[in-house]
Amino acid sequence: MATKASRSAARLMMAPAVILLLGWMLVPLTMTVWFSFRTYLPLRGGDQGWTGFDNYVRFVTSSSFWPAVTTTLIILGSVLVITIVLGVLLAILLDQPMWGQGVVRILVIAPFFVMPTVSALVWKNIFMDPTNGLFSHLWRLFGAEPVSWLSDAAIPSIVMIVSWQWLPFATLILLTAIQSLDSEQLEAAEMDGASPLSRFAYITLPHLGRAITIVVLIQTIFLLAIFAEIFVTTGGAFGTRTLSYLIFQRVLESQNIGLGSAGGVYAIILANIVALFLMRIVGKNLDN
Amino acid sequence: MARAVTTQRKAINTTFAWIIGLLIFFPILWTILTSFKTEAQAISDPPIFLFFDWTTENYSTVMERSNYGRFLWNSIIIAGGSTILGIMIAIPAAWSMAFVPSRRTKDILLWMLSTKMLPAVGVLYPIYLLFIQLGLLDNVYGLTFILMLINLPIIVWMLYTYFREIPAEILEAARMDGAGLKSEILYVLTPMAIPGIASTLLLNFILAWNEAFWTLNLTAAQAAPLTAFIASYSSPEGLFYAKLSAASTMAIAPILIMGWFSQKQLVRGLTFGAVK
Repeated sequence: MATKASRSAARLMMAPAVILLLGWMLVPLTMTVWFSFRTYLPLRGGDQGWTGFDNYVRFVTSSSFWPAVTTTLIILGSVLVITIVLGVLLAILLDQPMWGQGVVRILVIAPFFVMPTVSALVWKNIFMDPTNGLFSHLWRLFGAEPVSWLSDAAIPSIVMIVSWQWLPFATLILLTAIQSLDSEQLEAAEMDGASPLSRFAYITLPHLGRAITIVVLIQTIFLLAIFAEIFVTTGGAFGTRTLSYLIFQRVLESQNIGLGSAGGVYAIILANIVALFLMRIVGKNLDN
Repeated sequence: MARAVTTQRKAINTTFAWIIGLLIFFPILWTILTSFKTEAQAISDPPIFLFFDWTTENYSTVMERSNYGRFLWNSIIIAGGSTILGIMIAIPAAWSMAFVPSRRTKDILLWMLSTKMLPAVGVLYPIYLLFIQLGLLDNVYGLTFILMLINLPIIVWMLYTYFREIPAEILEAARMDGAGLKSEILYVLTPMAIPGIASTLLLNFILAWNEAFWTLNLTAAQAAPLTAFIASYSSPEGLFYAKLSAASTMAIAPILIMGWFSQKQLVRGLTFGAVK
């Protein structure tokens, strides 16, 4: 049993981590909320006082707000669907007996470890460039006109790059979940004459439910914040300006801190809604 | 396994899996191959897959021209420093949560995780402003500190899950033998938790190495790590495929190798123990 002395020692040892994270959360957050209620243009007159909820209203009524929301949702939704569907299929495939399983796993997981700026730049130039990119060579080979991927099909291109980065993550987690499935259950179903498809639909998929939820939530949090992939490829042009990229531009490019901060508050609220669901699952898991 | 798998089925699985695996890996493979081509061969149409004049010239050009060493050094300092600092702060915290839990332990853990969900762009300006005021902009130590804070929740969480697997009786026995708190943690807990600490170190080093929001926004010439170095290649005049590939290969190679060792920890670290 823990003694009283060790209890207070424990509290003391937790203090540095708690204080640091508390500071990390509260200080910038307070400042963002503070700025969001002010007219603050560092390059054009500095801090010009309170404006109430003006920034909040202006942020959502500006002509770039709804396109940014749409772009964010399209990218998020497409990447989630692609990575989960392909991830489930890949996880099932990798769970089958085969030769060189370990090597295949390494090949599949590799993209996750590639630095975001590297993968964005490599895709943009070496693959998607309309004159020298590998895709343009391929298109010409079949007599087709090469596509300017990042300007004519900018959103699908970004979705493709981001999916390539996140498919390994989804696959790895789903594979871990599949491996914990009791194989006897599947064998029993097989002996009872269940087809592979119904074995998948009634046994494998329900078993994966929780892992899929977790992949969706974690990816959502990271995908809402994708930055380097857009910064390097299109710089927010051609309809690829997501909500977080819009906020970045308001803050650092047009130096409208008040407006950008109001956008930041919206982003924080949005992320917290997603986080709440994730926390509930993680918290439940902590109990048992 | 009671069920015998026919060789034929195994062969089909193998073929499928290898084709898909190579397809997914192809962009990395192609980048590595391109880094050994001449600039002309790098953009030749039709593309040359293997039979080109292998050269390491691009690597020496990149290193000479761009002061590659400094970017590499910055990456090592920032990723290594933030991880080690984070672990030093997290070990005592994880110890107390794992071995002296209170009613609030669970809430504290979840709250720590929730700070990880804070969108960076929402606090970009405050941090930027604070960094200017403190003279930390474009400073390796400032960036190290920020990345430490970003990864601290994951570090605490991972260490906590590893510590919980260590039987508390062993620590109690040490205490009975008269070990103080400091020696209990330093000489009893830490050696037993070395595998867990190493995994935590590895995964968080990778995460910090690849971090590409704060490293791009808070650095310029002095403190820029490899993420920013690579991003500087996005200007059109700097576009030489073979050199770009060489620079990319150098930036990702160490992490790819480390990453392959950390597959298992990746699941534990990024799902916060919710998938096992």
